[in-house]
Amino acid sequence: MMKFLSELGKYWLLMGKVFAEPENYKVYYKQTIRELMSLSINSIGIVIIISVFMGAVITLQTAYNTDNPIYPTYLIGLGCRDSIILEFSSTVIALILAGKVGSHITSEIGTMRVTEQIDALELMGVNSASFLIFPKVLATLMFSPFLTLISIVVGIAGGWIAGVSSGVITSSDFVYGIQYAFIPYYIVYSLIKTVIFAFIITTVSSYQGYYVQGGSLEVGRASTKAVVYSSILILLFNVILTQLLLS
Amino acid sequence: MIRVEKLYKSFEGRIVLEDINVSFEPGKTNLIIGSSGSGKTVLLKSIVGLHEVDSGDIWFENTHFNKLDFKGRKSIRQQMGMLFQGSALFDSLSVEDNVRFPLDMFSDKTYREKMERVNFCLDRVNIQNSNKLFPAELSGGMKKRVAIARAIVLNPKYLFCDEPNSGLDPLTAILIDALIKEITEEYRITTLVNTHDMNSVMEIGEKVIFISGGRVCWEGDRHQILKSDNELLNNFVFANSLAKQLKATNSQ
Repeated sequence: MMKFLSELGKYWLLMGKVFAEPENYKVYYKQTIRELMSLSINSIGIVIIISVFMGAVITLQTAYNTDNPIYPTYLIGLGCRDSIILEFSSTVIALILAGKVGSHITSEIGTMRVTEQIDALELMGVNSASFLIFPKVLATLMFSPFLTLISIVVGIAGGWIAGVSSGVITSSDFVYGIQYAFIPYYIVYSLIKTVIFAFIITTVSSYQGYYVQGGSLEVGRASTKAVVYSSILILLFNVILTQLLLS
Repeated sequence: MIRVEKLYKSFEGRIVLEDINVSFEPGKTNLIIGSSGSGKTVLLKSIVGLHEVDSGDIWFENTHFNKLDFKGRKSIRQQMGMLFQGSALFDSLSVEDNVRFPLDMFSDKTYREKMERVNFCLDRVNIQNSNKLFPAELSGGMKKRVAIARAIVLNPKYLFCDEPNSGLDPLTAILIDALIKEITEEYRITTLVNTHDMNSVMEIGEKVIFISGGRVCWEGDRHQILKSDNELLNNFVFANSLAKQLKATNSQ
């Protein structure tokens, strides 16, 4: 328990350093653009691939598990839409990004720590925590809503392709289903979750990397820890946010 | 002048530095020597504030450095340059971006002025036509030279070098030593070098401090070191067979 509280305290102290006033806005701006490219834009591919297959599987599963004449077939489209918007495009994508982006951040910052690059920054008088972590947080917070929107659109399209091509639903029924009883707030809910999950992934992974001690083995261990802790926190906050935002 | 008074440092109860009292001469090359694990790097990192000390005082001229907060230290740190053991160049930046980094962070110069300064510093350390290369594409000696260029780009008052010759062949090591000495004299920098390379001691050591077991055991210059009767120092200086033979020849 004491160790947990100590780690929590260290995390919040680190956040205090991260959100201190930047030394040079121009350099931070450039760094944020670089992080946008490396963390966010490079994740579009994997998000599209996962979302297409996720949408396809949800559609087929819904179709095969509601194979009853009393259910109208357009409900398959509705089920696909709501599953993707409410859970899959925010939570599942966040869990996958915790692996991809989280391990990348931890290994990058951890390697900088063990090769004394962070010491070099500190020695120059640079707030290394802020310089390294703040642009990453900003980049992922700015771009994660777009990733979620891409995932929603592509996921529903994947569902339509799978449903229509396998013959479990007609195109018109699917399109009717995805428009039926649509609640726009669900998108807002999904985006709020996404932003909070992005914050968790970036800060937890950065924390793990920033305090690495040792060598490459410890950097590897820290990356694993970052993915595990981020995933657990995402699942925990998913429950909390669902209760807070949908109750 | 840099002064260290009654400095103690421990890690998880293990004492690494004990009652260190030493001053480093301004405008000269000051060497901290000692065997691996003697506490040299911890002392150097404590002086620059990368390690917080348990107790003791570190003075840069009349500024009580270790009592300052991060913002207070910033102004002193901008007068420091440091060459790390592994060079610590930023992997994601090219050679010129690495050297320009301190200028980007802390100067109001135009891009052209910054590049003039970068190219001057790279020329000074004999790095030409490598501006666009990344650290992974450089040899060990080139990395050290680029790191020196980055360390001097803001015209520092103090230069700290942690094992500048580690991992280098003897010829490159001599070149790096010569470069450190030249830069120290040319810009009148107060330089502190951590080393266990006796060749460096004899080439550039204007003031030498020998540390063993976390304590300062001997102070002097490179000429006095060979005549010392300090047993710990002699065991370190004359550790290899060639040095032993030389000593035996000299004593005959």
